[in-house]
Amino acid sequence: MSKHTLAVLVENSPGVLARVASLFSRRAYNIDSLAVGPTENPDLSRMTIVLNVEGHVLDQVMAQVYKLVNVIAVSEMPSASTVHRELLLVKVATNKIAEILEIVERFDAKLVDEEDQALTIQCTAESAHIEALLKALTPFGIKELVQSGLVALERGTAALSDRTLSAQGISTLHEIGTQADYQN
Amino acid sequence: MSKEMTGASSLVKSLEAAGVDVMFGIPGGAILPAYDPIFDSTIRHILVRHEQGAGHAATGYAQVTGRPGVCIVTSGPGATNLVTALADAQMDSVPIVAITGQVPSAAIGTDAFQEADIRGITMPITKHNYLITDPAEIPRAIAEAFHIASTGRPGPVLVDIAKDALQKMTIFKYPTKIQLAGYKPQVEPDDEAIRDAAALIARSSKPVLFVGGGVIKADAHKELMRLAELTGAPVVTTLMARGAFPDSHHLHLGMPGMHGTVAAVTALQKADLLITLGARFDDRVTGKLSSFAVNAKVIHADIDPAEIGKNRYADIAVIGDLMYTIEALIPAVELEFKKNKPDLAAWWRSMDSLRKTYPLGYAKPEDGSLSPQYVIERIGAISGPDSIYVAGVGQHQMWASQFVKYEKPRTWLNSGGLGTMGYAVPAAMGAKVGAPDTTVWAIDGDGCFQMTNQELVTCALNKIPIKVAIINNESLGMVRQWQTMFYESRYSNTSLQSKFIPDFVKLADAMGCVGLRCERPEDVDSVINEAMSINDQPVVVDFRVFKDAMVWPMVAAGASNDEIMIARGLAPDWDSQEL
Repeated sequence: MSKHTLAVLVENSPGVLARVASLFSRRAYNIDSLAVGPTENPDLSRMTIVLNVEGHVLDQVMAQVYKLVNVIAVSEMPSASTVHRELLLVKVATNKIAEILEIVERFDAKLVDEEDQALTIQCTAESAHIEALLKALTPFGIKELVQSGLVALERGTAALSDRTLSAQGISTLHEIGTQADYQN
Repeated sequence: MSKEMTGASSLVKSLEAAGVDVMFGIPGGAILPAYDPIFDSTIRHILVRHEQGAGHAATGYAQVTGRPGVCIVTSGPGATNLVTALADAQMDSVPIVAITGQVPSAAIGTDAFQEADIRGITMPITKHNYLITDPAEIPRAIAEAFHIASTGRPGPVLVDIAKDALQKMTIFKYPTKIQLAGYKPQVEPDDEAIRDAAALIARSSKPVLFVGGGVIKADAHKELMRLAELTGAPVVTTLMARGAFPDSHHLHLGMPGMHGTVAAVTALQKADLLITLGARFDDRVTGKLSSFAVNAKVIHADIDPAEIGKNRYADIAVIGDLMYTIEALIPAVELEFKKNKPDLAAWWRSMDSLRKTYPLGYAKPEDGSLSPQYVIERIGAISGPDSIYVAGVGQHQMWASQFVKYEKPRTWLNSGGLGTMGYAVPAAMGAKVGAPDTTVWAIDGDGCFQMTNQELVTCALNKIPIKVAIINNESLGMVRQWQTMFYESRYSNTSLQSKFIPDFVKLADAMGCVGLRCERPEDVDSVINEAMSINDQPVVVDFRVFKDAMVWPMVAAGASNDEIMIARGLAPDWDSQEL
């Protein structure tokens, strides 16, 4: 099993999130996170889905997602060629404000609210960085936290919407699957 | 010229524009506005007795004609009663369009009377679905629904329309062009994949043409015949593909799978190449997947990219419409054969020995009672290969797939994927409407028949003279067979007592059909001939058969295909076979 990030361009139509979510549930693919929002084109929304699957299953997931009529493109976002970011908002209940501020600075995070020994911190970073920040804050008592789920964008000039023009969206299957994968 | 009319009229005009000639349905509150213009439409509306019947009838119609079948029902329970038929059509890739009424848009989400979120409910069991609340969107939704249902891998599409959208005024304008950014099925195969496939075929000495229902969906049976004769490879046809290749052809080894022939099952197991055409490696065909055809390379040709590698790794994937794919494969294989044509003689010696030693067969009941296999065999022989045969699900279905000989595509209809008991009568009704000049036999079980026989009333009133053979073994036969084999013959709740109640002859009579009964082997032909002679009314024959007959061969669920049994406790004598 390994982590993969998929970018999914969908028509901005009612029920499309339910279709994607229902597909993952029905075919028993586990989602780590799913983030969805509007894009540069008001007719389209973009989902970023992080999932943990075996090699050949990824091809299956992509093909099944692409089969949904409202899905326009599916692409894997390898970490080497894409920018991955997550947003974290975390509330820490402590009176050790100086120590917290030191951590905030060290992790390039931001203090966004402070009230009655409750400090709300914002951090936008890659997943590992967020995890490390949370680990550092845990001893002080995390009261509440919320995460956006990962979003990803390809580096360079390429854009997912350009690639929607290829007839199949996923016309060539990945080379990840091998016969051995199936003997389980 | 576009003219203002109600959304309901726009719906009916759209259905006419889509080429619909018949639809099956039942009116109710939410769909009622549509039924007013239906009253004046050129489209024939057949009033069924249960919405599930409308759904399966649409499927039967589609399977026979190749055109989308249409059903129309009301909201809530009307729509939920369609669920089984939609799931069935999805599993067997049947193009149907279902129109459902929905409560008025202002009431959606309020748990209104007869409200059900049918779009949400049917998301996983339709190819696509719509909820329409704006009457202006009706023509586009209908045009898209027919396009999506009938192109690519066919499937069911549901269009749910709020009652107020049917009542409001709108301008009817049927679209001439459809824009679906996310729906572009690949029709023509990739040249390189075709070349690779041809090269692999030319290098293989134990190939099998593994034919699935996709060949029938693509109307590619003629192309398949040419490819088969070109390669000289053994052909196997799955349950959904019976009729795609003539049973009488010398290259045909029959059906593979749980109840397939020893030759067809073994051909797949021992092959060095599976030329897979529109088949999806269903568990009923592969048996235990990890021991399925372990030495075979796989060419997988399918219009649905999501089938590639779903269950079995494909060495070569060919995405495209099978008619184009096989058409492209033929010259590519011819070219390869000029360089090297493999010698299949040894492979055929093995296969010929298997089919000679282990033909399909059955033992006559020792008590002199009627053999179900014999009844089905005689129906096939007397009615012939031009007739259409529609089965329910269970033992009778397997026997109908084994002992009726199919020579033509679209003459064998059954519920393969979902295994829907009760499919036969309504699907036969739809088939007969689609092919009114063809004899249509529903070969049904006594259990299945009692699930949907109310549609015989529809048949009788609408002059749809189907013939129904009830293979009455007074039990849920296939379940009983499993109880015999795996539950020490403890027959928990499988006895239906249908030789006692109901009286199928009287029931048929009450529904406006001719009811016949047959209990003795010597009467079988005369009763079938009598049924054949009645063409102005539906006929129901209660064939009272031996209840302990079993379906053989059999590969137990989850077992390897290598463990095929030809009778209880009896495996083929592998040592005497050269494989």
